[in-house]
Amino acid sequence: MSSAAKPATEVFLALKLDASEILPKFENANNWQERYRQIMLLGKTLSKLEDEFRVEQAQVRGCESNAWLYHSEIDGKHYYLADSDARIVKGLVALLLTACNGKSADEIVAFDIDAYFDRLGLTGQLSPSRTNGLFALAKAIKTSV
Amino acid sequence: MDFPQLRAQFPTLEQTLEGYPLCYLDTAATSQKPKCVIDAMTQYYHKDNANVHRAAHQLSSRATSQYEAVRDQLTGFIKASRREEIIFTHGTTESINMVAHGLMNQTQAGDIILIDTAAHHANIVPWQELAKRSGAIIKPIPLTEDCRLDELAYEALLKEKPAIVALCHVSNALGTLNPVNQLVAKAKAAGAITLVDGAQAIAHLEIDVQAIDCDFYVFSGHKMYGPTGIGVLYGRFDILDKLEPMMTGGEMIKTVSFDATEFNILPNRLEAGTPPIAEVIGLGAAIKFIQNLPKAETAQREQELLAYLQTQLANLGDIKLYGASENNIGAVAFNLADEHHQDVGILLDQQGIAVRCGHHCAMPLMQSLAIKGCCRASIGVYTSKEDINRFIEALKSVKEILLD
Repeated sequence: MSSAAKPATEVFLALKLDASEILPKFENANNWQERYRQIMLLGKTLSKLEDEFRVEQAQVRGCESNAWLYHSEIDGKHYYLADSDARIVKGLVALLLTACNGKSADEIVAFDIDAYFDRLGLTGQLSPSRTNGLFALAKAIKTSV
Repeated sequence: MDFPQLRAQFPTLEQTLEGYPLCYLDTAATSQKPKCVIDAMTQYYHKDNANVHRAAHQLSSRATSQYEAVRDQLTGFIKASRREEIIFTHGTTESINMVAHGLMNQTQAGDIILIDTAAHHANIVPWQELAKRSGAIIKPIPLTEDCRLDELAYEALLKEKPAIVALCHVSNALGTLNPVNQLVAKAKAAGAITLVDGAQAIAHLEIDVQAIDCDFYVFSGHKMYGPTGIGVLYGRFDILDKLEPMMTGGEMIKTVSFDATEFNILPNRLEAGTPPIAEVIGLGAAIKFIQNLPKAETAQREQELLAYLQTQLANLGDIKLYGASENNIGAVAFNLADEHHQDVGILLDQQGIAVRCGHHCAMPLMQSLAIKGCCRASIGVYTSKEDINRFIEALKSVKEILLD
């Protein structure tokens, strides 16, 4: 992850992802089409990273699409900003951030990503395949704390 | 041979994914394997497992004769002039590396190496390494707007008297067929050593290396219904005989003392170490499988399926097709509107459809198309019209979800 310039603290704090509102939409989805619609809608709630931040140093390796991740520790809590040029990856990243944003290092270390995606009906999205950057992003979040 | 019977020979195709029957349209990445190939390898491990060329015992003798019989099979399969022209490698990539490495002592600073822009990385990077070490210069052969090799630009480049010309027979990413006989003839007239990457051609076309008249022709077993881990380097005897071995040791040695080592003669000279024996035997079974197919009928069927696939894609709307529409072999490359190829791939996979989505290990080609990547649907002998229909239906639902 980048040690170079990153977005300002208030940009990190501005990202609000309310798990109690977001997760039921996935748990209640009747079919995969609905689930992926929700993923893409959620992706849209992550604002696009400014071009100056869409830089190589912030890119997460292992993604077929481009994905960028920024991390900031504020008052002992961990905050993330991420973006991707692929819509589903961006939505999946938003799901990851829903679980991790504003959490303590201990909470992030204890977070069971596989179980989380299983619960949301998204098993199979987390594989180390190079066409799926989510695994790499999850790893990057885990190692950031 | 009727089609259901042919398809039934591929056990992997009889499975469901996400509740959908598997629709495998990624044969250009690797083909599925018929039971005869799997059985041949199992049989070797069950009964004949021994190292080749070495021991005096019966198992080794059986393994050796099976292994060497495949060399004979290949000699006929690609119409080489003699069996010593067939070298077993681990795949296309190793074959090209062996040639690029082997030509080191014959390459000088300032020598020009021409490379097909549509080449995949395996036919680019080994030459770059050769250039780095020898001071040779790499020049890409440009493509025309419809992604064919630009023959006028090629002829202009040949005037510079390149030392080496590396071409692909059929483009990995786009399925475009190159007129290799013509291209090789021109390269030879200019005095170049020629290598043709046949990885995408070998499962679809009848190959005659003497008619192509190239110096080297390379391909992999796994794209021609054979196992992974086995490839072939065909080289014209006199020029193959001059290649410096990339690897030493094992059967490639004739005599060793601490003063000097004498290498073996071809083909052993270029096959160091214990070869992939089971894979060679599996490849032999794959060749038999291909030779038993009704050739004309199979080729026609594949061409019709590909044309049907192209038409159905074009009719779907919002599809950008890449590469020439005519004379394609086995594969069609496309993007859905401006959508990211990975999004399309994930949503197709969700419906049990396997296609390739990415840069297809041909980044320079993607750069020349000004795209990050694309999706590629590719077919094999087992592909049915039903597969294509299912793929198109799945793509319709992807379109609904993404373009909603």
